[in-house]
Amino acid sequence: MVDEVEFTSYYGRPVIKPPVWKSPEVQLYLFFGGASGAAAVLGALGEFTRRPVMTRSAHLFAGGGALASVGLLIVDLGRPERFLHMLRVFKPTSPLSVGSYILSPFSALAVATAGLHVLGRYPVLRRLAAVGSAAFAGPLATYTGVLLANTAVPSWHAAGTKLPYVFGASGMAAGGGITMALSPVAEAAPARRFAVAGAVIELAVMQRVESGHGIVSEPYHEGKAGTMLRLAKACTAAGAAVTVAAGRRRAGAVLGGALLAAGSALTRFGVYEAGMVSARDPKYTVVPQRERIAARAAEQAAAGQGAAEQPPTDHASTITR
Amino acid sequence: MTSISSASPAFTGKDPQNRLFGPLPDVTADAGYEAGHPKRVGFFTDTSVCIGCKACEVACKEWNTLPMDDSHGTRDVIGLSGMSYDNTGQLGANSWRHVAFIEQVRTVDLPMPTFGRPGDDRQGSGPSPAVSGDADSQAHAQASVLNAEALSEYDPQTGQSGTDKQIRWLMSSDVCKHCTHAGCLDVCPTGALFRTEFGTVVVQGDICNGCGYCVPSCPYGVINRREDDGRVFKCTMCYDRLTDGLMPACATACPTQSIQFGDLDELQARADARLATLQSQGVETARLYGRDEDDGVGGNGAFFLLLDEPEVYGLPPDPIVTTRDLPAMWKAAGKAALMIVGVAVSAVLSSRRPR
Repeated sequence: MVDEVEFTSYYGRPVIKPPVWKSPEVQLYLFFGGASGAAAVLGALGEFTRRPVMTRSAHLFAGGGALASVGLLIVDLGRPERFLHMLRVFKPTSPLSVGSYILSPFSALAVATAGLHVLGRYPVLRRLAAVGSAAFAGPLATYTGVLLANTAVPSWHAAGTKLPYVFGASGMAAGGGITMALSPVAEAAPARRFAVAGAVIELAVMQRVESGHGIVSEPYHEGKAGTMLRLAKACTAAGAAVTVAAGRRRAGAVLGGALLAAGSALTRFGVYEAGMVSARDPKYTVVPQRERIAARAAEQAAAGQGAAEQPPTDHASTITR
Repeated sequence: MTSISSASPAFTGKDPQNRLFGPLPDVTADAGYEAGHPKRVGFFTDTSVCIGCKACEVACKEWNTLPMDDSHGTRDVIGLSGMSYDNTGQLGANSWRHVAFIEQVRTVDLPMPTFGRPGDDRQGSGPSPAVSGDADSQAHAQASVLNAEALSEYDPQTGQSGTDKQIRWLMSSDVCKHCTHAGCLDVCPTGALFRTEFGTVVVQGDICNGCGYCVPSCPYGVINRREDDGRVFKCTMCYDRLTDGLMPACATACPTQSIQFGDLDELQARADARLATLQSQGVETARLYGRDEDDGVGGNGAFFLLLDEPEVYGLPPDPIVTTRDLPAMWKAAGKAALMIVGVAVSAVLSSRRPR
């Protein structure tokens, strides 16, 4: 599919530094952020549609997931005691800064909602908190795609406009699936539909990530990452099928939900691993950049010498042969 | 009005002032410093005169009290890389200057009339110079040995070993590029990385919380986390020395003026002149790296004169600052978030209400 490429490197050493984040903390953070965000959206809508148990389940999971997310993010810091430094400044150019301002209010509100569910009092306050957490839930589930993509890691950066959809949809599949598994089947119809829609979108967009970016798509279907992503697809597809076929029965809902959650988690681990592979091998840094230079030279030759030089506006790294 | 980051364009997707990408005539003012700030300083590393002595590495380690590490960045380990005279291996948290060492060998397939016994070359399988007559072939062969191509590929540091091989050594002292659009600075969530009044990029150790986001965001793989410390470290261009009017330690120690420190515009002019000189001498592979302000990072504060392709030295041939594409990514994330809410609403609306 991709031609054998010739490139030079400095003793095969990576050009960029691979991420130093802790594994599996970061992948689990990606999973819990997405799943609890999606569950919080479902829960907030459930507050207004007479589905008390589904609403409660969704919020309990969202609250727990939010706490786990915060914990995992702090543990991953080199200086965990300084985690509040994240909130010193607000920088739209830093997805981690933006993410901190999404995760902080989300986790506070999601935990409050879950707590009020446990307490069983103050329904108005609970609904307010639920709606508030839902407002931050969507961005929480999708910003993590930007978090990975806004790096020099070739396989992540090239897929920068697709990863938010992958992670958002993957969160829907997991959050919907887990809510479905924890709810009585009579109430869980929205969770089933939400989860299946998420699974379908995840599979569709992931397909484009895996095949649309020339050489930097390679790590997504090779080695450990490839195995994890194939397994992820199998779980997600099976989970969606089980949900459609048997989601109205208790056992079907539990099995479907578990498969969807497993598929979502495996997607995070697979995407993360693919990025690590692309960062470690100088080939994935040098070859696309060479192609970019060649494409630019060809473009300039075609436009003639008279044409004014203009910076590329597109994702240059997505240029393939 | 001061701002610690290039904020507004991330929302609009437009970047008329090149705050995310493109040339920036006054990067220091863009970072919020008022008029009258010092001129932007930089390094011009001329690798054509580097002798690979590593005085820069030593001076840097001494001045900045950097811990010892091996060629993989493992601290307090003495290790030989086993691959070349380079045992530093890479830039990282503990190595802020890194002298790359490359030995290139090529088999010479040109007729070589000046080596070996006369007539030997006729028995080779290559093109026989005898075909068009001896005098002619001699002249032709000499011309091909001495032509600009041969010179540019294997000068100025040509050595010869045997009659069929040429070896050259490339040495280059790598360092943080102090980019005009620095990926590390853009993505730092704490504001620990900042632009100094000299236009350089520095980490504040008392602010950094070790999130590690800058590490994979550097297109050059410069900055790294010191694992036992938890924070990230990189070249400061000797910020402490600059504030006292001193040159950075590496430039002070360099015995061949391969590392030149000064005002960036002055260095750029000097580099252009040096490149012209080398090219007029036939060294056609000489090129400046990081000098072009239209490149993917808006040009470098520390730029280089190289004698081969950048990737040979472990440098990316066409780096871009990752935040150039961030507005598009944020848009996608926004749309994807709306998608989640939209699907959830329609899932609820399309489901029958339980009794």
